[in-house]
Amino acid sequence: MVDLTTLGDDSIAAKGWIKAHKWLILRRLSQLGILALFLVGPVLGVWIVKGNLASSLTLDILPLTDPHVLLQAVLSGVVPETTAIIGVVLVLLFYFVVGGRVYCSWVCPVNMVTDLASWLRRILGIRTTSQISRNSRYWMLALTLILPLVVSGGIIWELINPVSMMFRGIVFGMGATWVVVLAVFLFDLVVAKEGWCGRLCPVGAFYNLIGSRSLLRVNASNRAECNDCMECFVVCPEPQVIRPALKGGSKGISPVILSSDCTNCGRCIDICAKDVFSYGGRSVSETIRSNPEVVKKQEVHI
Amino acid sequence: MSDTDKKHEMNRRQFLGNMLKTACGVGLVGMGLGIYSNRASSLPAHYLRPPGALPEEDFLGACIRCGLCVRDCPYDMLFLGEVGDDVATGTPYFVARTGPCEMCEDIPCIAACPTNALDHGLTDIEESRMGLAVVVDQETCIAFHGLRCEVCFNVCPIRGKAITLDLQHNVRSGKHALFIPVVHFDACTGCGLCERACILEEAAIKVFPTDLAKGELGKHYRLGWKEKEKAGGALVTPDVEHKYNLPEGVRYDLQGEGLIIEEKPEETPFSSNPLDSLNSSFMDKK
Repeated sequence: MVDLTTLGDDSIAAKGWIKAHKWLILRRLSQLGILALFLVGPVLGVWIVKGNLASSLTLDILPLTDPHVLLQAVLSGVVPETTAIIGVVLVLLFYFVVGGRVYCSWVCPVNMVTDLASWLRRILGIRTTSQISRNSRYWMLALTLILPLVVSGGIIWELINPVSMMFRGIVFGMGATWVVVLAVFLFDLVVAKEGWCGRLCPVGAFYNLIGSRSLLRVNASNRAECNDCMECFVVCPEPQVIRPALKGGSKGISPVILSSDCTNCGRCIDICAKDVFSYGGRSVSETIRSNPEVVKKQEVHI
Repeated sequence: MSDTDKKHEMNRRQFLGNMLKTACGVGLVGMGLGIYSNRASSLPAHYLRPPGALPEEDFLGACIRCGLCVRDCPYDMLFLGEVGDDVATGTPYFVARTGPCEMCEDIPCIAACPTNALDHGLTDIEESRMGLAVVVDQETCIAFHGLRCEVCFNVCPIRGKAITLDLQHNVRSGKHALFIPVVHFDACTGCGLCERACILEEAAIKVFPTDLAKGELGKHYRLGWKEKEKAGGALVTPDVEHKYNLPEGVRYDLQGEGLIIEEKPEETPFSSNPLDSLNSSFMDKK
């Protein structure tokens, strides 16, 4: 078992606090920065971005539209305007390259809530969890796409979608949105570990599918250095994605984390005192320089 | 059965069991959502949709709750439904009494809409039907008391067409007129300027969503005079005017007088004017 009281200490000792939290800090800056871009308009009257994550217009020229919500609208029978179609194509292209679930870890405001819940679970030692399958999110995704077809009343998922509700709440006015946010927080804290983002959220599932062939991936190219401290498994929101890449060396499995469940959040990179992980492309070869046995073999070949 | 077969069997059972559990759980969520959506899709009477909004059911399917219409409204009178509001969460609305539609000619809210939830086919704001103004309370509207107000008539942007003044006799004073505001559906856009302008504490003229405000005549109804106008003449054999065969000097009054015998004046050599008699003797002497 990983000692939760000393989680991350090795990394801080090896790299210093800033480097041991580099990607976490950048991620929070990204999440808050995106909110700030939407907020300077209504607060200061300087309009950089209008709208919200469902559809936005940046500097009156760049349209960006959420493909999941537009798909639901189309399924309920609407013909979107050209700007929405351009917006969707741009968003799809972006996430196709950087990985769909970058939306989850770098953009979505709910991530800050569920990360807080995960952190508190570790701090408070809460171990209760219910057995909700990680595949439930795909069923939920199917549900969001079937409902507009069979029930009159349109984009029904948007009536309760915590992701769009929280973002819209912050930008346009909270109302009772905090109740929904609190519900997600408590669900993740007490009911199910990584319950919302990792098991149920259909928005994440949709972006997951978009990014299944994405170019930007985390890799364990330095996996020979791994000292089995297991801390990456503790902080990773989708720990099932790590094992093949980190431990599959003997079976000839690529060190690249290819599962599209990976959110490219970079927590594993931060937490690792041995710098096993790094961002890279889809095909990254293993670093052999620091592995004496491999190096020896290579020398023999030469 | 070998051990590995048993293991596979267990795995398959577990797999199917888990899948069933997930499917049922998600199905339950779906049912709950379906029922909730029915309740959530009814629009309260004082919430009006922006110009060009599709009929409510279609609108809820087309609107992606992005708020771009809200941002592009130059009068900041559009709002997005918040969680807990009586309107579907995240959908745009306005309230006529506090912030009516100012009817911009270029309709920026429609231009901003990325999905046609606000119909881009609507280019003339006067053709929009956001709702219908109704004079809901004739007991408090001061025009019905014979007082001159006509504020709703005067602020109406489709002046003289959407609201007209119907002049009626003031029975109370006996010598004045009532200037009664009357709304006409063929011109009223439901912008709500009249409702905001109404001078009462609580407006006597209110804008309601059209389906609430508008009656509908049975499809089989035909209004005789309109059919006549359309056909350019009577559609049935015209009535023959009734004739009484009465003797000369007698007529029948249909308004209640009944049979009237017109008396002929008796013939006399003397004029009814006494001056004539006097003058006649004077003429004789001459």
